[in-house]
Amino acid sequence: MSSSSVRALSAREIAAAVNGGASATKEVEAALARAKADTNNAILRVHHERALAAAKRIDVRIKAGEKLPLAGVPIAIKDNLCAEGIEVTAASKILKGYVAPYTATAVQRLEHAGAVVVATANMDEFAFGSSNETSAYGPVKNPVDPTRIPGGSSGGSAAAVAAGIVPISLGSDTGGSIRQPASLCGVVGMKPTYGMVSRYGLIAFGSSLDQIGPFATNVADAALCLERMSGWDQNDSTSAARNHAGLAQFASGNSFGTLKGLKIGYVPEHAKGLQNEVGAQLEKAKQALTDAGATLVPVAMPHEQYAVAIYYVLATGEAASNLSRFDGVRFGHRTAEAGTLPEMYAKSRAEGFGREAKRRIMLGTYVLSTGYYDAYYKKAQQVRRLMCRDYEQAYAKCDVILGPVSPTTAFKFGEKLSDPLQMYLSDIFTIAANLAGVPAISVPFGADAKGLPIGLQVQGAQFADDLVLRVAAGLEQLNRA
Amino acid sequence: MSITEQDVRHLCKLSSLALSDAEMSRMAGELEAIVGYVKQLQAVDTTGVEPIANVAGLVNVTRPDVPGQMLDQRQVLANAPAKNDVAILVPKAVER
Repeated sequence: MSSSSVRALSAREIAAAVNGGASATKEVEAALARAKADTNNAILRVHHERALAAAKRIDVRIKAGEKLPLAGVPIAIKDNLCAEGIEVTAASKILKGYVAPYTATAVQRLEHAGAVVVATANMDEFAFGSSNETSAYGPVKNPVDPTRIPGGSSGGSAAAVAAGIVPISLGSDTGGSIRQPASLCGVVGMKPTYGMVSRYGLIAFGSSLDQIGPFATNVADAALCLERMSGWDQNDSTSAARNHAGLAQFASGNSFGTLKGLKIGYVPEHAKGLQNEVGAQLEKAKQALTDAGATLVPVAMPHEQYAVAIYYVLATGEAASNLSRFDGVRFGHRTAEAGTLPEMYAKSRAEGFGREAKRRIMLGTYVLSTGYYDAYYKKAQQVRRLMCRDYEQAYAKCDVILGPVSPTTAFKFGEKLSDPLQMYLSDIFTIAANLAGVPAISVPFGADAKGLPIGLQVQGAQFADDLVLRVAAGLEQLNRA
Repeated sequence: MSITEQDVRHLCKLSSLALSDAEMSRMAGELEAIVGYVKQLQAVDTTGVEPIANVAGLVNVTRPDVPGQMLDQRQVLANAPAKNDVAILVPKAVER
């Protein structure tokens, strides 16, 4: 099945129809049926009762004269986002059976705008992975070519949109976990500026890096979803109190404006080591942007080469701390062989966590431990600051930075699973945006000779999310031309 | 320097993870490779560079200490693997 053979669902079209009197219940029923018929293991759970009850409420509100920006739009959420009454497991055995007692702010805001959660999407366990092969529920298949990985860690969310099950899904991105699967599955995926979207109700991985973001079939839908989710939340002290008027403007229509006069930065070193077709598409995009009136500006990012190394120190350190809450006491798996209390903790965790989760906990504990903290953790924090300065200097010269998302198109199952370091290096172009907290989007731009999708990345300065979306929309139009 | 199985045993203790011997010996090699890779950071001159913990520049965000609506006892106990009507049960924590 190729990505072009499925109906490209549009959230805005569905919302317009429902606001115009079409039945939200029918839209949701259709999405529930598609989710149930999923053949890619993208969907872990389908929420019939909850979704139909929500759809009915929307039908009543619309009949009463209300207009809702996402009226009746079915969505899937990654298995690390809480929605009250729904099982959420982070695709880990350690959380099997856990039912969320509250709803994540991002999900709650979309529901308030009329969206309906129809399904939970598969993912790498605790978002630890770039291929969706570490899920306790088995890997997700790429809808474009089921012999290949969909990318990760939000592989199920990307595949659910690519397969036409839902027009919008939510993922989380700590080092590329939205953008890389979006690129490999041929859909739009965005990691907003750190602080744009509240992380309340997101199962934490790396708290200084995590950000919730949308997958969509088109840039305008992603903008609409982001606009609805973003804003300050008293339950997340790192959420930003900002006015997102620019986003609202994009979300309201198709007027993305012109690319004329924009300064598009690029990092010359990014061209090295790319699959030929990925490099060719990047060059094609640069030419098309120039033809559309933008100016290309080479920028230097001397510390970006250290991004993966910084990340696997800081992200694992934060993960080791965050995952200490899973101890078999208040929730989650508890061993049947408990002796003493410390034995109960250690056995419950060993039985509940998968291999990659254990590896990252151990690595994170190592870099935080006495004797190694200064050499690894503090050092990584210092180089992270240098990398942030690279970005600041770059954005003094350009408006956005264009580059690759993934060095290659979707790879085969098992290809990188046995070598953790090779797997980590597949995030080489996406990690820097998380370390710097800047917005970044993957937008489809052509395919390789096998028909596998290629995504290009647009990054911006902190809180220039609207500008990033504007350039992405420009690329989307140029790709169609 | 290399990461020995003894180091891994110590890390298991620090992380509260009861790994099998086979897991521990595999882990030593895997950690060794990753730590070897991240060592490239040592080459960067960071003299006088202040470490950065969060990109938003936030320091100690506080709010007024006002009681609010939280989960009730029933909700808190709902997900506990071992409990009675009022409490979560754990193995004996203190030896007499």
